[in-house]
Amino acid sequence: MNDAIFDIKAVEYSYEDAVALAGVSFKVDPGESVALLGANGSGKSTLLMMLDGLVFPSRGSVSAFGEPLTEAALLDEGFSQAFRRRVGFVFQNSDAQLFSPNVLEEIAFGPLHLGLPPAEIDRRVNDTIHILGLDHLRERPPFHLSGGEKKKVALASVLAINPDVLLFDEPTAGLDPKTEAFLLQLIKEINRAGKTIITATQDLRIVPFLARRAVVLGEDHRVAGDGDALTVLADQDLLMAANLVHHHPHMHAGIEHLHPHSHVEGHDHHQG
Amino acid sequence: MPKPLSTAPAWMRGTGPATCACCRIGRTRKRSAVERTIQNLTRALKNSVFSEQVAARPGLLQKADPRAKTAGLLGLLLATAVIRQPLILLGMYAVTLAGAAASRLSLGFFIKRVWLFIPIFAGIIVAPSIFNVVKAGDPLVTIWNFGHEVHLGPWSLGDSVAITKQGLEGAAILILRVAVSVSLAVLLALTTRWSDLLKALRVFYVPRVFILTLSMTYRYIFLLLSLASDMFTARRSRMVGPSNPREDRHFAAASMGTLLGKSHSLSNEIYAAMVSRGYNGEPVALRRFRARTADWAVFAAAVVIALVAWGADRALG
Repeated sequence: MNDAIFDIKAVEYSYEDAVALAGVSFKVDPGESVALLGANGSGKSTLLMMLDGLVFPSRGSVSAFGEPLTEAALLDEGFSQAFRRRVGFVFQNSDAQLFSPNVLEEIAFGPLHLGLPPAEIDRRVNDTIHILGLDHLRERPPFHLSGGEKKKVALASVLAINPDVLLFDEPTAGLDPKTEAFLLQLIKEINRAGKTIITATQDLRIVPFLARRAVVLGEDHRVAGDGDALTVLADQDLLMAANLVHHHPHMHAGIEHLHPHSHVEGHDHHQG
Repeated sequence: MPKPLSTAPAWMRGTGPATCACCRIGRTRKRSAVERTIQNLTRALKNSVFSEQVAARPGLLQKADPRAKTAGLLGLLLATAVIRQPLILLGMYAVTLAGAAASRLSLGFFIKRVWLFIPIFAGIIVAPSIFNVVKAGDPLVTIWNFGHEVHLGPWSLGDSVAITKQGLEGAAILILRVAVSVSLAVLLALTTRWSDLLKALRVFYVPRVFILTLSMTYRYIFLLLSLASDMFTARRSRMVGPSNPREDRHFAAASMGTLLGKSHSLSNEIYAAMVSRGYNGEPVALRRFRARTADWAVFAAAVVIALVAWGADRALG
C-alpha cells in the first residue's frame, strides 16, 4: 500500500529549449516538512507547480494521495475539487496570487470556488483573518498592500482552504525580518498541526526553522541530495556543487578575506 | 589566503561633486510626456480605489441586489433609446442625478465624470448635423452668407451656412440620450463591486468566456498600471534635462513591448494561482445575492420610470 502523499517518479519537464527537470524522483510522506533546495533555474518552482497539478511532466509520473496526478484526472470535477481542497500553494509572486477586489474576497476565493457552505466560508475567513492579524485590512484592495501584508493575505487565502499539504515558493523572499519571523513561526505551527509542508527556497538560513528534510536539486536538474535537513546543510561539497553556497567577503580584525558561506555552524576565524 | 575583494573600476570609486544651491541656474524645464504619463497612471490607480470605496458606501443603490440594478438599468436604457422628447430625456437625467444623490455619490463628481467624455464621443459626431450644409432645415443662426448658391462638385451647399432648428434639436436629443445612457452605466458601475457586477451579468446569460475575459482584465490592469508607473518613474529618475519627442516615442514603444511580455507571463501565473484555489471558469462572488422586497422595489421603480417616460414621449408625439 502506498501511503505517500506525493510519489514523484523520474519526472522530466522543459520550457521550449530550457530543461527544468531532468529525471527527478522522491516521495513525500504525510506530516513531513521538506525543503526543496536549489539555485536559480534549478527547477524548484516547476516542481512545486507540478505537485500542485498546474504543469504536468513530459516524462515520468506524479501520484498524489495514491492517485495519478494527470491533466485528464484533474479535468474530472470531483477529483479536481478533492485535490484542490487537499493541496494549497503559496506563490512567490504575491501580486499574481492576489487578484480579488479586496482582502476579504481574496481569502474567501478558495473556499467559495471549492463549494464550501456559506456559514463555513464565513467562519474560515474570519478565523484566518484573525490568526494573521488582517482585521484592519479586510476591505482593502490587495494590490495596495505592503509586501509583508500581501504575503500574509496570500497565506491566509490558502489557509482558508485548510489543505493537508502546503506548498511554499520562496516564502520569505523580500520580507522584513519581523514578518519573516512571524511567517516561519506560523509555518512551523501549521506543520505541528499535522499538515505537510514543502518549501522551495534557496535561502539556506531559514531551512532549519521550517524543514526536517531537505531535497537538493542540482544544476543538472536532478536530485543531488536528499536527507535530514541539518545533515544536508552541513554537506558543504553538496551545497557547493548545487551552487547554493559561495565564498563571501568577510571583515575580521580589520582584514578582508573570503571564506565559504556556511549556514549551519560558525566558522573558525583563526583558520580563515 | 586573503583575495582582492573589489573589482570596481577606477571611475566607480569615490563620490561625485557635491550638490548645493550654487548648482541652480534659474532655468526650469516643462513637464515631459513621461511625467504626465506617471501622473495619469497614478490617477488611474487612485480612481480604482475610490470606485471600490464608493461601491462599499451604504447608499440606496449600493444596497440593492446587483441583478435588480442591472435589470432595471436595462429597462431604463431601452426607454432612453426610443424617447424623442428632449424634456423627457432631461427628466430621465434628473432621475439619474437623484439616484446618484441617494447613493451618496458627490453630484459634482458624478456630473463631471459623465460630461467629460460626451463632447468627445457624442459632440464631435453630432456637430456637422446642426448645419444646413449637412442636413436641410430652418436656419436659426446664419454663420456665412455666400450671396449666391455655391456648388462643391456635384453637391450644392446652398447660399449660406447656417445652424438649423431641426439640426440643433436632433443634436440635443442625441447628446441627452448619450448623457442619460452614460449616467445610468456610471451609476451602476460606481455602486456595484466588480465581482458582483460580473456575477449579475451571468444571470443575464452573458457568455462565461466574456465574463472570464472581463474579470481577468480587471485583475490585471492595476498590476500593469503600477508596473508601467514604475518603469516611467525609473526613467524619470535617470533623466537630466528635457527629453526629445523621438526618445519619448522610443521609450513608450519599448515600455509597451515590456508590458506585453510581462502581462503574458503574469497571466499564466495568475491563472495558475486561480486554478490552484479551485477556479474552474465560473466566477463566484462572495456576496450571496438575496433579493429582498427593497431590491424588487428598485427594479419595479426603474421599470415604472421607463414605462412612464416612454408613455409620456408617445403622448407628446
